[in-house]
Amino acid sequence: MKLLNYILLISLGALLIYASTGLPNRGDADAPMHRDKSLAGSPGAAAHYIRNPYKDANTPNMVTVILADYRGYDTLGEETVILTAGLICYLILRRRKDNVAGKKKKA
Amino acid sequence: MLKYKHNPIIVLVSRAVCPYIMLFGLYIIFHGHYSPGGGFQGGTVLAAALLLMRLAAGSDIAQLQFKRILATPLGSIGVLIYFGTGLLAMLSGGQFLNYQFLPFAGFTAPELRSLGILMVEIGVGLAVMAILVAIYDDLLEGYHPHD
Repeated sequence: MKLLNYILLISLGALLIYASTGLPNRGDADAPMHRDKSLAGSPGAAAHYIRNPYKDANTPNMVTVILADYRGYDTLGEETVILTAGLICYLILRRRKDNVAGKKKKA
Repeated sequence: MLKYKHNPIIVLVSRAVCPYIMLFGLYIIFHGHYSPGGGFQGGTVLAAALLLMRLAAGSDIAQLQFKRILATPLGSIGVLIYFGTGLLAMLSGGQFLNYQFLPFAGFTAPELRSLGILMVEIGVGLAVMAILVAIYDDLLEGYHPHD
């Protein structure tokens, strides 16, 4: 069982390292992130997020578009964090109650 | 210790107010495209309505409204709705979470993205509501005020 855990972890790490080779280089001026320029002339994705949300997603509220569309991965992670918190509360509190019941039985 | 007393005034007022809080929560979720709001905020308001009934009428009676055992599966379903929306877009030829590839006929690309955002927000709202109620129920696990 422990061996299986190590194999899974190593293969996940290898997958992540392989995926990271597809990312643009650091400071690459041609990366999609740096294509748009803000009013001050500095490159960055924020200018795109402010100019295009209604054209892209037909939604007047640009915060919603950034949260759920441009930054969809981020929100998926946040939701997973909430689910994990709930599951961990379930596990911890359930286990404590079982211990109390076990002590009562012994006494 | 904390002792629960049945108070008819509190129960009656909570029962009257609870559906309106739920309606407001749904409004926050579904109006997130046009005003401040969205899944996280609306889910929290929905959870507040459920927890109000749990506080006012007691956990045992509030099981009639929302069963304890439903909470964790509903949270998982919320996350699966989000993940499934992303996966659906990926299976029909696009990238993960790129909503304009969702396989619904008769919509333009911006409309599909708007629809995808709505599906995702429903998933988030469901998960947040269920998990908040689940944490409250876990904290009260094994507490029986009438013993």
